[in-house]
Amino acid sequence: MSALLRPSSRVEPAAASALTPRRGGSDASPERLVAAEGLGVRRSGHWLIRDVDIEVAPGRIVSLIGPNGAGKTTTIRALLGIEAPSAGVVRRAPGLRVGYVPQRIAVDHTLPLGVRHLMRLTRHYSDSVIAEALEAVGMSHRIDAAVRTLSGGEFQRVLLARAIVGSPDLLVLDEPVQGVDFAGEIALYRLIREIRDRLGCGVLMVTHDLHVVMAETDTVVCLNGHVCCSGPPRTVAGSPAFHALFGDRAAGVLAVYSHHHDHSHDPASDQARDHAHDHAHHHAHHHAEGDGRDPAAGGA
Amino acid sequence: MIAEPFLLRALAAGIGVALVAGPLGCFVVWRRMAYFGNAMAHAALLGVALALLVEIDPLIGVFVVAAAVAVALYALQGRADLTADALLGILAHGTLAVGLVLIAFMTDVRVDLMGYLFGDILAVRTSDLALIYGGGAVALVVLWRIWRALLAETVSPDIARAEGLATDRARLAFLLLMAGVIAAALKLVGILLITAMLIVPAAAARAFATGPVGMAALAALIGCLSVVAGLWGSFVVDTPSGPSIVVAALGLFCLALVVDRLRGAREAAP
Repeated sequence: MSALLRPSSRVEPAAASALTPRRGGSDASPERLVAAEGLGVRRSGHWLIRDVDIEVAPGRIVSLIGPNGAGKTTTIRALLGIEAPSAGVVRRAPGLRVGYVPQRIAVDHTLPLGVRHLMRLTRHYSDSVIAEALEAVGMSHRIDAAVRTLSGGEFQRVLLARAIVGSPDLLVLDEPVQGVDFAGEIALYRLIREIRDRLGCGVLMVTHDLHVVMAETDTVVCLNGHVCCSGPPRTVAGSPAFHALFGDRAAGVLAVYSHHHDHSHDPASDQARDHAHDHAHHHAHHHAEGDGRDPAAGGA
Repeated sequence: MIAEPFLLRALAAGIGVALVAGPLGCFVVWRRMAYFGNAMAHAALLGVALALLVEIDPLIGVFVVAAAVAVALYALQGRADLTADALLGILAHGTLAVGLVLIAFMTDVRVDLMGYLFGDILAVRTSDLALIYGGGAVALVVLWRIWRALLAETVSPDIARAEGLATDRARLAFLLLMAGVIAAALKLVGILLITAMLIVPAAAARAFATGPVGMAALAALIGCLSVVAGLWGSFVVDTPSGPSIVVAALGLFCLALVVDRLRGAREAAP
């Protein structure tokens, strides 16, 4: 994942020309890209999700967390119109351009698909636009490769490049850090944040590891068939519903990670996940007015 | 001898069918729909029988029945209690058996059953050619129009739908095109071997293709070569046209395998 770990200052200029921002960073306008009210999906007699309210605004990052079988993927599929809702309403902004990275895709080995073909899967783009999207994820050297020769991590990044190549209004990621180690996970989150900053797009992501919610998340929606709680990461981490669902330790870790990431870019410091809840808050307050580049959380 | 009118008609018909069957067959292979195609082809005999009953062109009967079976299968998949392959087996052989029984009842009509099952080089009429080329041209235009949506849906139905492609329309069009190819190939190749016209050239093309479009074009070319070689063999040694064409296609497939293997071995060598 070394390419992903490059400092952001090196990534931005390279891709800036193709991935033109349409809206300014994260100062989101009140409009909503996609919104669901009272969303329910019922399959073979039982409800997979019920009474789900969720919305994504431009420039905002929404993380969907919850245990296995909580209906995270179902929620995303219903929001995107892949799955028909059984109850409630889903509204998508007219002409909404979506970039979607599903949980897994299997390309049949009989299909001779190159990276270039995959990048043009849903729309035609010029070679230079494709090259710049691949550059943004550090995969431009594989532009001529056949898809089946890519490693798991490479494929994951190409799928991300494919989703952003059209400068989507809404980027939807279903467990983007699947099978990626902790260091890669942080790098990937940083990359997603950079993409959001550059495109001004809304981001909706399912996080497989409920302990780790990226620092830049504006809203965490905690799902377990229904919305248990939602709000900014700190609010959710402190909410009784969250504690009831995941236990106190998990809640503490959620808060720690989000703060830790504000200050430290050392991917190797796995200890962040074991910080105590109070300790983390201490740091968070202490660094609140810093420039976000303090060497390590432990330095306070 | 090669200028016999019936042989030229058969050649023209075969090439027309192969040009469409090649690209469509690629999708059949990529989407793992070989048995699906087989079920549609078997249902063709029911189409023939029904067409004879109501006295319309068998081609139309085959097209309608194959299309109906395809749409029914698609609608049933995932909803019925049976697995997809059991469902395909039931429909394939059920419709074939009903067709055979119906034809057995028609004592007043002379039906060349062997011709329908294995193809008949003498059966192609000039009017069939107009249908094959007219329909074939329409089919290729339709395929060109739905190409991106169908390919995207083949790779990932979720991405295709999430990003706003008309996948339902593309899939329905694809099924109708398959029904069309099956109807067009009926006289020449015969019901039992039609699926081979879709699959074998595409599988042979796989070894050399670097992209989906290239594979489709190559499959069309290999299909045409199979038709020419097969019909020539059928004419010379007096064998049924369907098996002869498929044997030729099989030969090309084996050749492709060998070339691919040799190439792989050379690349592996230091």
